[in-house]
Amino acid sequence: MLTDLYVTGDSPVHRTRPVIKIAALIVLCTSLFAFEGRESLLISAVIVTAGFALAGLKARHAWQSLRPALWILIAIFAVQVYLADLALAAFVVSRFAVLILAAALVTLTTTTSQFVDGIGAALKHAPAWVPKARIALAISLCIRFIPLIRNTFGEVRQAQRARGLERNFLALLVPLVVRTLKSADEISQAIYARSFD
Amino acid sequence: MITFSDVSVEKSGTEILRGIDLTIRERRVGVIGRNGSGKSTFARLFNGIEVPTSGSVSLDASGDPKQLRRHVGFVFQNPDNQIVYPIVWEDLEFGLKNLGLPRDEIRQRVDDVLKRFGLQHLRDRFTHQLSGGEKQMVALAGVLVMQPRMIVFDEPTTLLDLWNKQMLMAAMEELEQHIVVVSHDLELLKGFDRVLHFDDGVIIEDGEPGAVIANYVARSRC
Repeated sequence: MLTDLYVTGDSPVHRTRPVIKIAALIVLCTSLFAFEGRESLLISAVIVTAGFALAGLKARHAWQSLRPALWILIAIFAVQVYLADLALAAFVVSRFAVLILAAALVTLTTTTSQFVDGIGAALKHAPAWVPKARIALAISLCIRFIPLIRNTFGEVRQAQRARGLERNFLALLVPLVVRTLKSADEISQAIYARSFD
Repeated sequence: MITFSDVSVEKSGTEILRGIDLTIRERRVGVIGRNGSGKSTFARLFNGIEVPTSGSVSLDASGDPKQLRRHVGFVFQNPDNQIVYPIVWEDLEFGLKNLGLPRDEIRQRVDDVLKRFGLQHLRDRFTHQLSGGEKQMVALAGVLVMQPRMIVFDEPTTLLDLWNKQMLMAAMEELEQHIVVVSHDLELLKGFDRVLHFDDGVIIEDGEPGAVIANYVARSRC
């Protein structure tokens, strides 16, 4: 999850503007598919590894980024072995792994506020009627409140389990939505109270 | 000095507050009352989060809502609903960015407030991974960086354990700002300069804490 990924640091990668990091990510991902072949994969892997090293990130950060996608990578590998051969399966899976690690390098070294500032900068030349600050804040709130909603869901599930309603989808959904909306109401008041116009 | 002039608040045809007339000059003011008595709505009027249906709220004769928001900070009961950003320092910077302050001043103010409350170790932590007490302290720090003249607390200790409650009380004790505290925790209000007792949308008692709290306790007995 994005909110858990950021690793504090002051490396050149951390200091690079988010818009440049995202642009570099797009170029790298596109070139991986545009220039098919092992050379392209090798060069991308070297760039991503150098990025990790320059950012002071450890092997465990790479592992944490890959772990959620592990089952999908294993499934892709198995299908490719079945349909083609071992070499192609290894190539395809490695390419996906490099893509995931490249994206992780951006999220591991970019805070939410940097993303928000980046979005704000990207929208700088948008027409006056575009609510730039609101768009940027809405995105940051989405990221911030993922763990909050996850906690609320956990609490509601435990409460319903205690009442024997574990398998009742509505009994989970209704309190979750009501509590989330109530929180959203108070959050908007809190934002207003902190001088956001 | 904050003045309420004949303030009433009505929601969905129900009067939440009726004809509130008072001036607050004291440094520490407590607000007590039953659930639904109107005290939280009253608290939200200080900062302009709530707007009177009739009457006015003014800070040093200025009724501008922006001035109220700028000079009156608000600490919510549940810090999870007050913290906007995932990392502590990012959240503390939020209000200051809204004020359009220069980058250096923002960093300085954040560092100062963290140091003042011994929260430097939380600077780079994820806000959702903090304990309840730490979250409440971060929420308070997020208000203090704005350097308000007055801070309103809405039941700040309700979700805290004894240890965290004492930590927050010690922090509140140190504040030089005027504070208004809405609370069911009567111990918190001992030593305050003034306590307001709300019931059914009106202030039924207003005075020094000893007498007001004693009468409130007596009324609460069945």
